[in-house]
Amino acid sequence: MACSCCENQFDDLTQYISGVFDPEHPQSSLISILHHAQERYGYLSKDVIEHIAQVTEVPAAEIYGVVTFYSLFKTKPQGKHRISVCMGTACYIRGGAKILEALEDMLDIKPGETTEDMLFTLSETRCIGACGLAPIMTVDDKVYGRVEPEQVKGIIAEWREKAEKV
Amino acid sequence: MKRKIIVCSGSACIDPGGKRLEPELRRILGDKNAFDLVEIEEAVCYGHCGSCPMIVVEPEGTFYGELNSEKLARIIDEHIIGGQPVEALLATQPMDTSRIRMLGSADFFGKQLRITLRNCGIIDPESFDDYLQMRGYEALAKVLEQMTPEQVISEVEKSGMRGRGGGGYPTGLKWRQSTGHDEEKSFVICNADEGDPGAFMDRSAIEGDPFCILEGMTIGGYAIGATQGYVYVRAEYPLAIKRLRYAIDEARKRGLLGKSIFGTNFNFDIDIRLGAGAFVCGEETALIASIEGRRGMPRPRPPYPAQSGLWGYPTLINNVETWANVPAIFLNGADWFAGIGTEKSKGTKVFALAGKIKNTGLVEVPMGTTLREIIYDIGGGIKNDKKFKAVQTGGPSGGCIPEQFLDTPVDYESLMKAGSIMGSGGMIVMDEDTCMVDVAKFFLTFTQDESCGKCTPCREGTKRLLEILTRITEGKGVPEDLQKLEHLGKTVKRASLCGLGQSAPNPILSTLQNFREEYEAHINEKRCPAGVCSALLNYYVDPDKCVGCTLCAKVCPVKCISGEPKKTHVIDTSICIKCGECKKKCPVKAIYRK
Ligand SMILES: Cc1cc2nc3c(=O)[nH]c(=O)nc-3n(C[C@H](O)[C@H](O)[C@H](O)COP(=O)(O)O)c2cc1C
Ligand code: SF4
Ligand code: SF4
Ligand code: SF4
Ligand code: FES
Repeated sequence: MACSCCENQFDDLTQYISGVFDPEHPQSSLISILHHAQERYGYLSKDVIEHIAQVTEVPAAEIYGVVTFYSLFKTKPQGKHRISVCMGTACYIRGGAKILEALEDMLDIKPGETTEDMLFTLSETRCIGACGLAPIMTVDDKVYGRVEPEQVKGIIAEWREKAEKV
Repeated sequence: MKRKIIVCSGSACIDPGGKRLEPELRRILGDKNAFDLVEIEEAVCYGHCGSCPMIVVEPEGTFYGELNSEKLARIIDEHIIGGQPVEALLATQPMDTSRIRMLGSADFFGKQLRITLRNCGIIDPESFDDYLQMRGYEALAKVLEQMTPEQVISEVEKSGMRGRGGGGYPTGLKWRQSTGHDEEKSFVICNADEGDPGAFMDRSAIEGDPFCILEGMTIGGYAIGATQGYVYVRAEYPLAIKRLRYAIDEARKRGLLGKSIFGTNFNFDIDIRLGAGAFVCGEETALIASIEGRRGMPRPRPPYPAQSGLWGYPTLINNVETWANVPAIFLNGADWFAGIGTEKSKGTKVFALAGKIKNTGLVEVPMGTTLREIIYDIGGGIKNDKKFKAVQTGGPSGGCIPEQFLDTPVDYESLMKAGSIMGSGGMIVMDEDTCMVDVAKFFLTFTQDESCGKCTPCREGTKRLLEILTRITEGKGVPEDLQKLEHLGKTVKRASLCGLGQSAPNPILSTLQNFREEYEAHINEKRCPAGVCSALLNYYVDPDKCVGCTLCAKVCPVKCISGEPKKTHVIDTSICIKCGECKKKCPVKAIYRK
C-alpha cells in the first residue's frame, strides 16, 4: 500500500483513477490516467508513476514502458511555457525549419530541451491543421501563423515580459 | 432587419497573430452599441482556411475573409449598421453551400460534392438539434426498424464504399468478416489518429459534425452485433475531443446510445480513447494495443482485427471519413452512392490541400476528378505564379507526382499507377523552390523517428536510408548512393512487419523515379537546383547593395571577406565555412545565398 504522505499528495490522482478504472481490463485506462497526471503535475515523475502502479496494480516497469513509448509523455520537468514549431509537411515546405533555427539560436537550446531559467521548453510538433497559415509556431495554446524568422525575437520578448509581470 | 454573423470556430481559424475573431467581434459590437442588430452564431471550418479568419453575414450570405480588428470594425459600420456589403473585403474565392450563398465566382466549390462534409459549416457542431434537423439519425432509425444486420451489410457492400484511412479495403467486406464468429462480444472502433503530418481532414470532419460519425458507428455496431464502440483520437486535437464528448453525452441523454436504442433491444455505447503522440498507433493493430493501455506496437496479421482484435474479440475498425459516409449511404441508398465516382472507387474523397498553392483548405470531390482540376480549378494554381513541380499525396507513405501525371484521376488504382497512393487525403503542392531530395529526407526523418523499432528492416533500414539522403544533401554523396537507395528501399518495403516500414521508402523511390536529375545534381555537381540544401549553397555579396560598411569582414570568423571601407566587399567562397554570420550582420541585406 502507498505510504501516507503520497496518499495525501496524490489524493486527486487516486480519485481520478477510481473514476476511470475498469476492473475487467485494469490497464486500459492507463493512458487516460497518465494524461491526467501529466496535466495535473506538469510531468510524470518517478513518484507519480509509482503511485499509479500502486493504485492500478499495473507493474511500474510496464508503466515506464508505456510512458517512454509515447512522445507526449514527459519524465522531466518542463519549462513554464511550451514553444512548438510545426514540422508538418505544409509548414516544412513553407519554411518551418527556419523558424526552428531562429528559436534555437535565440534560446540556445535544441528541441526537447528547456531553458536554464525554466521559462521555455522547445519542441517540434506535427501538423496542427492550420496549414493554410503555414509556417506555424505555438506558445502554449496560442497559435502564430505565417511566421517569419525575424518575428521570433518579438514573440519571445512578449512572453518574457508576461512572465516577468507575474 | 436583424442580421446574423456566422463566425468560424475551427481550431485553425485564427489570424496570423493567433487571435480568434469572436471576442474581438463582441468587443467591437459593444463599442458601437450594435449588439441588437445582429445575432452571432458559431459554425465550424468551412474548409477554406486560406482566407482565415473569416465570417459570413446572413441573410445576404456575404463572405468576408482575412479579417482583423480594423476590417471587422468597417464591416460593422458599413454592412451591419449601414446595410451595404463591403465589396473591398469580400473573400477572393467565395464558396457556395446550401446555406451560404456567395457573391462573385464560386470556383472553390464548383467542382466539389459534399457527402462526408455535408453538414460541416452548416450545422452548429454543439447543437444536437441542428443535426437532427439535417435528417440526423434518420438512417439509424431506418436501419433498426426495417433492416436485419445481414441487409445492412449487403447494402454497404452494394454501395462499393472503400476505406478512407489509406488502404482502400472494401468496407462491406470488412463488415462481413467481422461477423459470424462465436464470440460473446465484439467491438467497433473509429480510427481518428490522423497521423499524416500535413493533413487535417479527420479533425475538421469531427469538429464540424461529430454526430454523423457516432451515427455511422452505431449502424456498424448493429450490423456486426457489437455493444461497445471506441473513438481513438489524437490528444493533439482538443476541440475535436470536446465536440465528440458533447455529441456522445447528448446521444446518451436522448436514448441514441446506451440501452434499448429507439426502443429496440439493441444496446450500444461509445467511449473516447486518447492517443499520446505516436504515428504508428494509426496502424490498426498498434491502435488496438494502445486502447488496451500498452505500448502501441503493431503485430503480424493475420489474424486481422476482424477475427481477433481488442482483447482478442472480433473488432471492426474504420476511418473517420468512412464512418461519416455510412449514414449518407442509408439515407440515399447504396445505388445512389455507387453512382458517384469511378468504376472501382465510389463516392467522394476529402483532401487537405496545402503547400505552395493559392487556396488552401479542405476539398471534397467525386472520385475520378483529376489532380489538375483539384490544383488549378479548385486550388487556384500555384502561389506567386511560380512553376508547379510536384504534388505529394499519401504523406509519409506516398509519393510525389510530377507534371506529366497531372491529368491522373484520383482513385485508388490510378494514383498507384502514377507512383503514389491515395492515402488518407493529405495533398501538398510543391513548386520550383522545393528540393525533392530534401522532401524525401523530410519524410524519412519522420518515418525513422516514428518507427516503433519492433522489426529490424524498418528500424535499421530507415536509419541507413536517412543517412544516405543526408549525405547527399550535404554534398557528400557518391554516384553509387542512388543504387543503394533503390536496393535498400525495396528491401525495407518487402521485409517490414507493418505498413509504416512497408511504405516508408515510397517518398524516396518515387522522387528517384521522377526527379532523378535532382539527385544527380546534388551528387555530381554538388549543386541544389532549388536552392534549398544549405550545405550546397554559397554566400555572395550583391555589389549593387553593398555600401562598404566593413561589418561583415569584421565578423567573419575565417576572415574570408575582403574589401576597403566604402567599397564593395567580396567573399572568397573557397575559404568560407558558411556560418552565416556575415549575412546576419549586414545592415543593408547585401549578402545572399545561392
Ligand atoms: C503507419 C500507419 C499509420 C496509419 N494511420 C492511420 C490513420 O491515421 N488513420 C486511419 O484511419 N488509418 C490509418 N492507417 C490505416 C489503418 O491501419 C486501417 O487500415 C484503417 O484505419 C482502416 O480503416 P478504413 O478501412 O476505413 O480505411 C494507418 C496505417 C499504418 C500502417
Ligand atoms: S515496420 Fe516499423 S513501425 Fe512497423 S512494426 Fe516494424 S519497426 Fe515497427
Ligand atoms: S558565411 Fe561565415 S565564413 Fe562565410 S563569409 Fe560569411 S562570415 Fe565568413
Ligand atoms: S556588411 Fe553588407 S554592406 Fe557592409 S560591407 Fe559587408 S556586404 Fe557590404
Ligand atoms: S503542416 Fe503545419 S499546420 Fe499543417
